[in-house]
Amino acid sequence: MGMGSDMYRQQILDHYKSPRNYGELEDPDFSHTGENPSCGDTIQMDVRLEDDGETIEYVSFTGDGCAISQASASMLSERLVGMSLDELEALETDDIVDMLGVTISPMRIPCAVLGNQVAKDGAKIHTGDLDPEEYGETITEE
Amino acid sequence: MSTQESYPIDVEAIREDFPVLDRKVGGDVTTPGEGDDDTEPLVYLDNAATSQTPKQVVDAIVDYYYGYNANVHRGIHQLSQEASVAYEEAHDRVAAFINAAGREEIVFTKNTTESMNLVAYAWGLEELEPGDTVVTTQMEHHASLVTWQQICKRTGAELRFIEVDEDGRLDMDHAAELIDDSTRMVSLVHVSNTLGTINPVAEITDMAHEVGAYSFIDGAQAVPTRPVDVQAIDADFYAFSGHKMLGPTGIGVLYGKQEILESMQPYLYGGDMIRKVTYEESTWEDLPWKFEAGTPLIAQGIALHAAIDYLEEIGMDNVQAHEELLAEYAYDKLSEHDDVEIYGPPGDDRGGLVAFNIDGVHAHDLSSILNDYAVAIRAGDHCTQPLHDTLGAAASARASFYIYNTREEVDALVEAVDGARDLFA
Repeated sequence: MGMGSDMYRQQILDHYKSPRNYGELEDPDFSHTGENPSCGDTIQMDVRLEDDGETIEYVSFTGDGCAISQASASMLSERLVGMSLDELEALETDDIVDMLGVTISPMRIPCAVLGNQVAKDGAKIHTGDLDPEEYGETITEE
Repeated sequence: MSTQESYPIDVEAIREDFPVLDRKVGGDVTTPGEGDDDTEPLVYLDNAATSQTPKQVVDAIVDYYYGYNANVHRGIHQLSQEASVAYEEAHDRVAAFINAAGREEIVFTKNTTESMNLVAYAWGLEELEPGDTVVTTQMEHHASLVTWQQICKRTGAELRFIEVDEDGRLDMDHAAELIDDSTRMVSLVHVSNTLGTINPVAEITDMAHEVGAYSFIDGAQAVPTRPVDVQAIDADFYAFSGHKMLGPTGIGVLYGKQEILESMQPYLYGGDMIRKVTYEESTWEDLPWKFEAGTPLIAQGIALHAAIDYLEEIGMDNVQAHEELLAEYAYDKLSEHDDVEIYGPPGDDRGGLVAFNIDGVHAHDLSSILNDYAVAIRAGDHCTQPLHDTLGAAASARASFYIYNTREEVDALVEAVDGARDLFA
């Protein structure tokens, strides 16, 4: 026994132990939080846009939770830079799993997509496509 | 050390009755059952969630469906009579198992949660009013906590929580403070599914009775793992589930004292629970059928009978001894590392489960890695979210043991935990 975990390849562990862009932005264009109740994971994504108001200039995150959720948010904070809000909106679960580069078991998908969902909901609230009263916090569930 | 002679029960013989224990895992999970890519022998340590099922219990289900499948209580033909007798005798078997006075006190439900809801609706919603209190504990399963929380909201009654001390035991001074003349119901778990604490349910039931309140005991983790005598406890209500004690899913039990059940209105209306019906009025069947509306869980009830036969053949004292042996062994093994926090009382004073966390490894990551070692445990809040908030942990990993588990399987758990620790170091 003990084949080592496919889900925890070096890249995931590296981002979990040394998260990139960790911290809060002082002047984000938008900031949003979310939770995955099944794991108790929390993520806040802070996003600053370029002057065109559409291109993502910088992303930081804070959070607490399992390695999958935190590594995913960390990798996403690098991946999103230079993308447009439309491109962010188009990111799907498969894209996030591809980014992580490992097979994610079905029960852990909500962990993997939490950061992405938080960023997407934050962007939609920013552009007026979501009502912040109704979507005060993003929830991902199994 | 781990020789067969050193167990209180014949684990090797028991394991042969459970085909799933021969399973290998590790492959594709999108299709159920063992596939070619499943290569690792299963180590099943998630028994507090659900137990595995022996051939004898599956045989009872097969015998019913292949031999005398019929609806109960409404046919004069032979199959219906056979099914009715077997289904009714299952109530007698359960009554004897927990020392109830008779089948009148044994209502079959879907599970512990439904048993809880039955009393909450049929008694709580009718009886509770502003000024009344329901006393429960910080270590309740959501089945009890959420149910009383919502019933109290609807009735205006107040819900109070007996605190859990640092060792994971109930603060009995606090219990004495909370249980007062306003108290109508004291509802508590017998064995905690998270802490492994064995609560003094008889003592607390006495405290409830002194102020004229009822007691409701959630025995979901107790009845499968130790002898339970509802009369010795003097419980007014006692609930448990079949699937945690070798039975099938879909069958639960509500024990209630006969005079109390008689005083309560039905919870579900419909066929089977009535005696006489006109367009205007209905009267109710005798206990326990008054509370079993519609076609009941016939196969499941009969299978529960078989599960109890199996457990009593081993002897509940022996089952308890085996649980305690494995719990203490796991507690000691896991405690060898300083970075492990185990919740609840010491290893020599707990039910057969160990919930824990390792520094720096989230419980869900731990559970995923253990799965790669073919070790099945539960990770999460175990339906005790408020207790986890109190413990300061979002989640925990929980290994829970049953009659077919061995010390070698606990060793496999510890080896897998070591592997997770190394991976995250």
